[in-house]
Amino acid sequence: MTDVIIPNVGRDQSSPQETDLRAVAMRPVLETPRWWWPSIGVLTVIVLGGIAAWIYQVANGLGTAGYNDGAFWAIYEANLVTFIGVSYGGAVVSAILRLTHAAWRAPLTRIAEATALVTLPIGMVFIIPHLGDPSRIWELVWPPYWNLTSPILWDFFAVSTYLLATIVFFYLPLVPDAAIALERFDDEVPSTRVKVRKSLYRVLVGRFGGTPYERRRLNGAIGLIAIMIIPMAVSVHSVLSFAFASSSRAGYMETILPVYFVVAALYSGVALVVLTVAASRKLFHLEAFVTPRHFVRLGFLMIAFGAAYLYLTFTEYLIDGYSGTAGASAWVYQIVAGRYAIPFWIYFVAGGIAPLFIMMFRRFRTTSGVVVASFLVVAALWIKRLVIVIPPATEPLVNSPLAKGGVLAGNWGTYHFTWVPISITIAATAAIPLLLLVVFRFVPILSMAEMEELAEGHEESGTLEVGA
Amino acid sequence: MTTRHENEVVAEEDAGRDELTAAAVTIGRRGLLRAAALGTLGVGVLGALTETLVAAAEPATTTPSGPVKQWCMIIDLRLCNGCKLCTTACQTAHYLHEDQTWMNVYTMTNAAGEDYFMPRPCQMCEDPACVPVCPVGANFRTPEGLTLVDQSKCIGTRICMNACPYDARYFNWSDPVPAPRQPFKQEPEWPVPQVKGTVGKCIECAAMLPTGQLPECVTNCPMGVLYFGDLTSDAAVNGMGATVKISTFLAENDAIVFKEEYGTHPRVYYIPGHGQDLNNNSSAS
Repeated sequence: MTDVIIPNVGRDQSSPQETDLRAVAMRPVLETPRWWWPSIGVLTVIVLGGIAAWIYQVANGLGTAGYNDGAFWAIYEANLVTFIGVSYGGAVVSAILRLTHAAWRAPLTRIAEATALVTLPIGMVFIIPHLGDPSRIWELVWPPYWNLTSPILWDFFAVSTYLLATIVFFYLPLVPDAAIALERFDDEVPSTRVKVRKSLYRVLVGRFGGTPYERRRLNGAIGLIAIMIIPMAVSVHSVLSFAFASSSRAGYMETILPVYFVVAALYSGVALVVLTVAASRKLFHLEAFVTPRHFVRLGFLMIAFGAAYLYLTFTEYLIDGYSGTAGASAWVYQIVAGRYAIPFWIYFVAGGIAPLFIMMFRRFRTTSGVVVASFLVVAALWIKRLVIVIPPATEPLVNSPLAKGGVLAGNWGTYHFTWVPISITIAATAAIPLLLLVVFRFVPILSMAEMEELAEGHEESGTLEVGA
Repeated sequence: MTTRHENEVVAEEDAGRDELTAAAVTIGRRGLLRAAALGTLGVGVLGALTETLVAAAEPATTTPSGPVKQWCMIIDLRLCNGCKLCTTACQTAHYLHEDQTWMNVYTMTNAAGEDYFMPRPCQMCEDPACVPVCPVGANFRTPEGLTLVDQSKCIGTRICMNACPYDARYFNWSDPVPAPRQPFKQEPEWPVPQVKGTVGKCIECAAMLPTGQLPECVTNCPMGVLYFGDLTSDAAVNGMGATVKISTFLAENDAIVFKEEYGTHPRVYYIPGHGQDLNNNSSAS
């Protein structure tokens, strides 16, 4: 089995395409496009800028990030939720679609899993600027300090476990690909580049020989991790919400919050996968394998979660606003019509209605339409996380608003955005493409073995949907 | 196990005596200070131990050294004129920033729409919401019923600020106010100076109590609003020297606790004046 020709169904006919799967999948590893080093340079500078901002914050205190006693949680906590949230996209596309035997996923799985692999650690890194004293972060991994009744400690456990699962889930499907790549490298000129990757692949392959028995066992293991990673991801996003929900503050103390976090993670996660798949397709010329149909399907998947999220948002605010307890009424009022109305309605239009609208009509439901919708979703869901995190953290608890004569009264705290967290946020965003570019310089961008296996299955049973 | 407790109890007694001497005579004597510090450390260890091994450590709190004090505060809202001398006295004593109002005086509105003043120290809850949420166990409750923060443990997640229903916790967002040498070691019982990147809150001047001094806010209240007392001996005293029997004083004046419905069981009791409901807001609509 060498090269597989994927059926030419629904393929983008406009550009010349390479259809040799292995050649296309290995090209980012073997060739350096002209834009590669400049991109790496620019992105690295942005990331270093974020690190510099963080050092400034460590030296001068969290106050430089715009925090105060009236707004004790804000942008870092929202970023933590956002970045860990988008990592769910990888699990969905890869694990859920694998378990449902949706064969069209195959060209997307590596990109989706890599997206999860890089966004999850970036999200975890936000623990560091979030902490007042990051020098004592080791207390989180040192058992004598553990307070097992703390939701934050369980956040840390859950996210760490999930990171491990994500690494394994990225690694296992990579094993046969690394074997294929090793084989392919025999034909290459033995440059340093090839040598480095050969030794990496040897480590990755281990003693995997590619026999049918080993393939079966490996697929079994992948299937098991695919099953495990779904409840694990659900638990991660739920436990993440407990840190907020384990409180008596209106807006945090919501039973809907765990579900809300899980659905938001699915929604924004699929959206980010659309963006990384679209960018990879353009930059690494994957048009023969990643087709407009993929985007439409991902778009539908995304919008299903989007509709669910809109529904949860509606339920939450309606019931809290309607029930009329002082804190809840004031909180809903501030979000819908008060001081947080602008970001909330930006989310509602850009992250709730517009993507639905784009996916609803055939004329907008194009590749670029889905990409635009996904961009709106990722950005709007970040804003929505700010709307989730900031209002309850700025609530006045002692002189409650209704006592002051109305839902708008009371001394609400104010969070001031400063250049420090904004630089760190931009740096974290830049770290996603930066790390993805690095990852795809070392591992094949398409899941070759998986696609070939599915292609073989097609030849036997005639059910192939790869590329369709 | 038993001997260890006894040792600690002895250490605790020594600490009380030493602190008394240190505070009363001079603050320059290193030996005494060190002894006091060690003693306070013993109290801290004992506190932590009781907190984690409640059942096992319980006998230690009722050893023959006498009944354990159970500190409480009574705030007579009828007398408060909102001068905020309690706030400034507290901030001066603990070297706090202006916005770190451990003892905060809120301007509230009563049912008739009139303003009244409400001092709010830490409520020293019997079931504090802040303690269980800390990932590294930096919050703890002493045998005397004081909820304190160990700033040498605190990593600054601020989840306790989220949990506290009374907004009683204040973060050190920047460098703390520099403090001269203190009569007590930097301990949870006397967190002066504060530590950047950690949470601070009202301690009811915990380190001063064994020396027989009242908390700064109580001493400095010119209206006699604030009473400080011990539930075990059922006696409380205010800054004007008035002494009351806690049980009858609370019952006769219909004392209430703030946000009773949260189930935190505060040890700060408010005596409402006219139509004051403290915005116990569960039925506010």
